[in-house]
Amino acid sequence: MTTAEPNTEQPYAVELEGIEKRFPGVIANHDVSLKVRKGTIHAIVGENGAGKSTLMKTLYGMHQPEAGTIHVNGQQVHFKSPAEAIAVGIGMVHQHFMLADNLTVLENVILGAEPARRGVIRHAEGTAKVAALAKQIGAHVDLDAPLSALGVGQRQRVEILKVLYRGANILILDEPTAVLVPQEVDELFETLKVLVAGGATVIFISHKLDEVLAVSDEITVIRQGTTVGTVTPDSITRSRLGEMMVGSELPKPIPRETKIGTAVRLEVNGASAKVVGPGSQKYVFQDIDIDVHEGEIVGIAGVEGNGQFELCEGILGLMPLTAGTIVLDAKDVTHETVRHRKDAGIGYIPFDRHREALMLSSPLWENTMLGRESQPKFNIGPLINVRGSQADCREIIHDFDVRTPGENVPAFALSGGNQQKLIVGRELVNNPSVLIAAHPTRGVDIGAQNAIWARLRTARDAGMGVLLLSADLEELIALSDVIVVMFDGMITARLTPAQATPELLGLYMTGTRQEAAA
Amino acid sequence: MDRQKLQRIGVTAASSVAAVLFALVICGIILLLTGRSPSHVYQTMWDAAGERRIQYDAIQRATPLMFAGCAVALGFKMNLFNIGVEGQYRIAALVTAIVGTRIGFLPAPLHVAVELAVACVCGAAWAGIAAFLKVRRGVNEVIATIMLNAIAISLAAWLFNTYFRYTQGNSQNVTTRPIPRSGWMPDIVKDQLNGFFIVALLVVFAYWIVVFKSRFGFRLRASGHNDVAAKTSGISSKRMIVTALLLSGAVAGFIGMQQTLGDSHAYSSQGFVDGIGFLGIAVALLGRNHPIGIVLSALLFGLLAASATKLGLIKVPQEIVQIIEGVIVLSVVIVNEASGRWVDKRTQQRAAHAVEHHLTQLGVTA
Amino acid sequence: MSLTQADVDLAGPPRRSAALLWSSRSSRQRILISAALTFLLLSVVREKTGAYDLTSSGTVTATLHLALPILFAGLSGLWAERVGIVNIGIEGMMILGTWGGGFGAWKYGPWVGLLFAMIGGMIGGMVHALATVRFNVDHVISGFSINLLAAGAVRYLSAVYFVGKKGAHGGVGSVSLSPPQKGTIPEITLRFITDRANASCLTKPSGLFWVECRRWFVVSDAAGIARGFLSQMSLATILGLGLVPITAWIMWRTRFGLRLRSSGEAPSAAESLGVKVLRLRYIAMAVSGAMAGLGGGYLAIVTNTQYKEGMTANRGYIGLATMIFGNWRPTGLLGGAALFSYSDALRLRNNKSIPALLLFVGLILLLFSVSAIMRQRWVTAYFTGGAALLFFVLYATVHRLSDDLTSAAPYIITLIVLASASQRLRPPAFSGRPYRPGDSH
Repeated sequence: MTTAEPNTEQPYAVELEGIEKRFPGVIANHDVSLKVRKGTIHAIVGENGAGKSTLMKTLYGMHQPEAGTIHVNGQQVHFKSPAEAIAVGIGMVHQHFMLADNLTVLENVILGAEPARRGVIRHAEGTAKVAALAKQIGAHVDLDAPLSALGVGQRQRVEILKVLYRGANILILDEPTAVLVPQEVDELFETLKVLVAGGATVIFISHKLDEVLAVSDEITVIRQGTTVGTVTPDSITRSRLGEMMVGSELPKPIPRETKIGTAVRLEVNGASAKVVGPGSQKYVFQDIDIDVHEGEIVGIAGVEGNGQFELCEGILGLMPLTAGTIVLDAKDVTHETVRHRKDAGIGYIPFDRHREALMLSSPLWENTMLGRESQPKFNIGPLINVRGSQADCREIIHDFDVRTPGENVPAFALSGGNQQKLIVGRELVNNPSVLIAAHPTRGVDIGAQNAIWARLRTARDAGMGVLLLSADLEELIALSDVIVVMFDGMITARLTPAQATPELLGLYMTGTRQEAAA
Repeated sequence: MDRQKLQRIGVTAASSVAAVLFALVICGIILLLTGRSPSHVYQTMWDAAGERRIQYDAIQRATPLMFAGCAVALGFKMNLFNIGVEGQYRIAALVTAIVGTRIGFLPAPLHVAVELAVACVCGAAWAGIAAFLKVRRGVNEVIATIMLNAIAISLAAWLFNTYFRYTQGNSQNVTTRPIPRSGWMPDIVKDQLNGFFIVALLVVFAYWIVVFKSRFGFRLRASGHNDVAAKTSGISSKRMIVTALLLSGAVAGFIGMQQTLGDSHAYSSQGFVDGIGFLGIAVALLGRNHPIGIVLSALLFGLLAASATKLGLIKVPQEIVQIIEGVIVLSVVIVNEASGRWVDKRTQQRAAHAVEHHLTQLGVTA
Repeated sequence: MSLTQADVDLAGPPRRSAALLWSSRSSRQRILISAALTFLLLSVVREKTGAYDLTSSGTVTATLHLALPILFAGLSGLWAERVGIVNIGIEGMMILGTWGGGFGAWKYGPWVGLLFAMIGGMIGGMVHALATVRFNVDHVISGFSINLLAAGAVRYLSAVYFVGKKGAHGGVGSVSLSPPQKGTIPEITLRFITDRANASCLTKPSGLFWVECRRWFVVSDAAGIARGFLSQMSLATILGLGLVPITAWIMWRTRFGLRLRSSGEAPSAAESLGVKVLRLRYIAMAVSGAMAGLGGGYLAIVTNTQYKEGMTANRGYIGLATMIFGNWRPTGLLGGAALFSYSDALRLRNNKSIPALLLFVGLILLLFSVSAIMRQRWVTAYFTGGAALLFFVLYATVHRLSDDLTSAAPYIITLIVLASASQRLRPPAFSGRPYRPGDSH
């Protein structure tokens, strides 16, 4: 923090120049430049993993960049912690709210900076201050109500109040509309406009292009860790913006030799599921109709968080449907247990391998047996056939090129890519009728990725159906026979890989519905 | 067994040994502070441990601890705390003592077998209440089992005092009606070593087989390691919770059997040895839920308690042993936490190193 | 054909349903109304059954004596859980408190005894804090270890320090007993209002006691309860009761209290706002240990005159149960402690009053059942109705309730509360979960 007078002529609230941020094995931000004018709403758009959040965390002082400079209101700064950023007037509203349900709204806002005299909280003073701020942004919240009573939109207001209470003049919002319903989105944007009219600067991260175009003054696009460009809403079309976000080069789909069969492996008919949260309920997915034929790969495209994960859980049986049916090989499994569905032929490569697929401290052979332990080759009566299981594991290790010293090594000792290969192997070896593969090559190097793709194609050629979920468009185009796009829990489009262009995909992935075929 | 696994076992065992040594040091300090000589105390205990009578006593004391350790360990494998072992074995002991008097017409081996079966069922039933409350009403099993322990004490006392009191002649003891001879567990060495410890070893063996070698045990451990992954792979966590608690309660039922069938041949409120459930937690923790560990820990605790009986001769209160036990438990868990992370990191590094340098055991060229 | 205005007038203004009347009251008003109704009902039962002890001052005094240790234990649990630490080791800390209290009171006097008791409990508290905060050991395991350790430690220490030593009135110490203490904590009796402490209705009662002896409906009951609070009130009791509002005030009105609670509700959020979660946990555990220690001290010094092995008799666990029953709030704690001790007190004073208590409980359950019917909660209605019936049957048939069964009452009640009200209970959100700073990012 310097002592010179801030330059009030200076038009920029925040300037980031040449920012470089690395994590072990990954370059998250590379040569990023960003200039945010004072008193504007500046949007930062990009896909998952593009590096937007990382950049904002750098600005907020949560970590330090390897290279580059940051200027706030004309002064250069080096934040070592969020506390320093807060002191300069920057406040961040995270995507996952940091609030305590059982404390009141007021308590949540003033925590850590309570107005107090000799340790006793001055309730009236706090209430007055926060109420004034709330009025300023047009929020109507009962400050003495427990936070648990508030809906999601209101909670976000509380998060905003938190940063305003600490004197923030530059607000960073990380994916603020991800959890809001349309009406709440409108209310949020009203709030932002009021703030900006009062002299604040707002930076918000999003991947929802409609909203970004509606409310921001300037938009910066980030792709693969670096800035692609900065535009204004008037000067750009939606499709062009989507293209910038997604990248203009997509691989050509690879032609296949075998044909898609007629039998339908998996039918999802009108599936919907609701989740009841604090103060509201939301459809996590609605009216999903998907058919996966014998020998077909159906790809589901979409930015993470639009219901794909929940759809997988619904098909697998971990999440109950509020409407619709799931039919596997012509048998209705809508009310069957997970075990039944797996035994009947659904394989699953989960989103989060650590949480959902592996027992990290157990040896590899126990992990490959998980889910298949009732098969005869693993049992001698009620006991486990350890040798048989180890041999089976070795086969999988060999066939799927898992790099490991042996089958007795605990799973956590493997690198992420090798863990993934093991899981893919485990599921494919079962010869499922239908394989649900969620990000099957996430965190996997190119060589392994090609190997897994080859495996999937082989299995497909042999008649297996695949439901492929991925945020990697290259993967989707390379493998799918048809691409279904999901946004906000609903299907917005069905395309063939040949039809899929970056603009179209960008459009559908960010909210435009496809017109129903006439 | 490959070298890596041996090394991990070595470190695990070493941390338990380290915890015991640490406890001895701490108690040595306490002894010094209260004016006693640690070396004298430890020497006396060491000498005592060499005596045959003390050794038998140690095995006798260890027997209920083995059952308790297995019962608690079954719960731990599923990330469940069965603190209710205390109440489970009390109820089992009372009911068995009562039933044992009614079935005297059975031949001896059958009589004993039925009594053991009854003990298992009672323990399981009492544990079942906690299981029901957990899966149906979401009540945390720690609180539920603590409450049930206390209720068990009251219930047993009420049943005993109201219905089943029996005084034998001029005896001061008030117990239930004594069990006829056919229901007794025979002594191996008369009045010094009861045959029940063989049953204990059998149960520990069964624990090993069921938990580590059977399909059911695999599912149990999977649910304990990562219940999300287990559910995703088709294992029903609710069923696992209930089964684990029921089995745990069944094993707990055995705890009081050495005393009821082999020693007093009856149940009495005053003579009832309680607290074994809590010691069982210590045994399971020190033994890292592994059968061999449980046996060794139980024997260690038994030996500590048995050899401490000699301490009265040198005017040192025997109770120092309880302090040792308590400190052991605390240090075991602390050492576990501290060393666990270090061990995991080393394993990861070694594996990465081995992969890099193509040191595989599969004969596959990388 | 629609109603004409005349018809509407004829029908009269709409009646406000009773249910609406109830739900529109604030929570504090509801508690007061419930308490008043309960008191009224108690008075009615007393009238009808002639069981004077239901509302006698003697019962109140006995209830207080029994409730205080439980209250301390509950406060101990509260201070720990509010900051996010599950304290199963309250029993062990109380045991240390009983020993410390016995030792201090024997050597130096009752007040020093209480101080030693507090210190004893604090030592236990800090060990628990070290294990859970610094080493992230599982809270339940650490708590249990402390119980184990404490039980053994006090036996050993008694063997070293108490055996053969003499205390007041010639009592001698042993492995399981401390020598009796020097003097006692003074008790306050407002004689001019309440008459002498050991007065009897037959020998010219005066003041409040006179009112109590008249056995008038409601008034005498109120007098009895009031007298219980104004006579034979040990200073330690006043201290303990005072800790309830003090705790509440600290927790909800001070900066320290808010930060403490936030550490138990959402430590990551608190940390991100600059709250020093770890430090607060150490402090709170020290207080928790001190409370438990005081509870033990009260047992040794006020309820008794020396340390006795096993005198805590699982009160540490009952304290936990009381905390849950009280929904993690100090006033609820007080109510729970009183509730749990009341039946015990009645039983001790006059076993013949037990049937009256059964009738009273039956009537309360009946009221619950009726209210459930009004709210159309059929399952609850059947359940409570059935339980009410059970209690009426017991009232008709049972003349004496076994001590053993009534001693189980607190635990059974807790289980029932937990089983039926799991959704309504609001434990601190992050209680019992391992927390390392920097976890969230």
